[in-house]
Amino acid sequence: MSDVWLVLGGTLTGAVGPGISVLYATYGELITERAGRINLGIEGSMLMGACFGFIATVETESVTLGVFAGMVGGSLLSLVLAYLVIYRNTNQLATGFALTLFGSGITAYAGRSYVDSTINGLNPIAVPIISEIPKLGSALFEQDILAYIAYVLGPMLFLGLHYTRTGLSLKAVGENISVAYAAGRNPYVIQIAAIAAGGALAGLGGAQLSLGFTHTWSEGMTVGRGFVAVGLVIFAMWSPLRAMVGAFLFGGAIGLQLQLQTVGAPVSPFILDMLPYLIIIFVMSLWSRAATRAMPEGLKGVLRATT
Amino acid sequence: MQPSVSLRQIRGITFTAYERPIVRSLLAIVFAFVVFGIFIAIIGRDPVEIYSKMFNGTLGSKVGLSEVGVRMIPFVLTALAASIPARVGLINVGGEGQLYIGAWAATGVALYIDFPTIWLMLPAMAIAGFIGGAIWAGFAIALRHFRNVNEVISTLLSNYVAILFVNVFVFGAWKNPTGFGYPYTSDFEIQSVLPAIFDTRLHMGLVLPIVGIIATYLFLSRTRWGANMRAVGGNPDAARRRGIPVLRYIIIAMLIGGGLAGLAGMSEVSGIQHHLRPGISNNLGFMGFLASWMANHNPIAIIGTCFLIAMIVVGGDVLQFSGNLPSAAMLILIGLVLFSVLGFRKFERKTE
Repeated sequence: MSDVWLVLGGTLTGAVGPGISVLYATYGELITERAGRINLGIEGSMLMGACFGFIATVETESVTLGVFAGMVGGSLLSLVLAYLVIYRNTNQLATGFALTLFGSGITAYAGRSYVDSTINGLNPIAVPIISEIPKLGSALFEQDILAYIAYVLGPMLFLGLHYTRTGLSLKAVGENISVAYAAGRNPYVIQIAAIAAGGALAGLGGAQLSLGFTHTWSEGMTVGRGFVAVGLVIFAMWSPLRAMVGAFLFGGAIGLQLQLQTVGAPVSPFILDMLPYLIIIFVMSLWSRAATRAMPEGLKGVLRATT
Repeated sequence: MQPSVSLRQIRGITFTAYERPIVRSLLAIVFAFVVFGIFIAIIGRDPVEIYSKMFNGTLGSKVGLSEVGVRMIPFVLTALAASIPARVGLINVGGEGQLYIGAWAATGVALYIDFPTIWLMLPAMAIAGFIGGAIWAGFAIALRHFRNVNEVISTLLSNYVAILFVNVFVFGAWKNPTGFGYPYTSDFEIQSVLPAIFDTRLHMGLVLPIVGIIATYLFLSRTRWGANMRAVGGNPDAARRRGIPVLRYIIIAMLIGGGLAGLAGMSEVSGIQHHLRPGISNNLGFMGFLASWMANHNPIAIIGTCFLIAMIVVGGDVLQFSGNLPSAAMLILIGLVLFSVLGFRKFERKTE
């Protein structure tokens, strides 16, 4: 019985750390999709962020520059998608997927001599007083700086999307490109900005993964976190606040898996590794009908799931 | 918004040769190789040396050519696995996972069922591989039909699950007891191995993509069902109003697609590896997906795009072996080729 509590407690405290990188990627994909575009290259952008963030940190010994390099890397990769889908009208899903493969090639090549490098990286900062709250306090408020930024970013994105001019035009472009055009805005500029911002956020997530969570770089280290983010955006019904719930659910699944491994659960560790992916597929199916209704109009042509 | 009228249209000049898709694609491929050549030069290598090594290692010798053929087998099958569902408007990014499950199912037959002859064993393994891949793809279609989950994300994520699923067995119950602890299954008996041909690594699995291409081509272009599939992919509502059973076509297309990817897995374990191990497919399913998009899902064009990708991959292995470039660089080249081929397509912005 005590084992059960140990596992549950560990899951809760372990949910935040692995969730942050996915949360950033989910924010990024959410912005992109709100503007009516889907970017499957987000996985590649995360890898770029993880790789170039790590390389920059090793070379300059500055984590700040590392995080910045990660964002630039992720953003540059997504601009390739922006050019191809907007100016060459290529298929978004195929282009995005190719971009992921392209990004994994670049990072495997660029990062190969950094696999054994060590860094100090981002370290947890305990927030005074509130981190003293038993269990929950240390789980939420003994994280690295990027985690705190992520907590604040969710509500900020929510307010930004619904109450600022920029947010409203972003949503307008995602709903109906011609109307946005008629309202005197250049929808393509907005979409390019959204895709670039989305790539930068995914790069930031990747940088958090390599600099804050693992403190190492290894080839293909994101193992599908970017694709998970694409799923989570649907789960979150394009709302940044629900995205936080989804990302911590994914983090919780990883936390649970690690906890079960620690207590020596009598199952193959590979079955436990499947948990995060299966849980994401499961939660996506929970309110998928409502999600289909909430989908930005601009995505309906690409992401339809009814026949 | 109206598309701007291009200068060419105003002048009434038509570049007929340039307008042809195949010429555009070839130009795009040349463009991608030039860009990659510039990249090679930037990192301080000699592009001419790299490209000539790639050429000699692939098309320049019997061994190289046969290696390209060996790689083409799974590429063609996984490309068809993406192109057949694409006909009905589905996007199957799960070729990688379906390949793993097909390999797993075929291995199960090879290890645990005792067929006395190769004539029973190999067909049984192929059928198992096909069914395994089809069932794996079937999950995505069930999720789509019953729960409105888009197949792009479910097939993408199921790839990771499939790889772990194979690991459960090769690290667990199926691990070779005499394998010094390595995560391999026992080696297959002789009747479970696809025979080699021409004294090379090329094997009888070559029959699968050839039959697959011809059957797909004839089916899609010469039968009523093929025409119906195109109708479903074009506009499902219109197809339904014309009395075409849309759901049935969608299910069948996805199951056949998954099954073909499963066959690719069977051919890899039976023809090349002769046992199951983790990482049997190094992005084979993903590259097949890209090959299908590069070919615009045309089964004949798939031969060409798979040949090109196989050539790049084998060339990459040659370069890795001779220490010129790590094979990861080839992913960059393949990405460039795809961007370029997609980007060089005729520009048609929808004018709604």
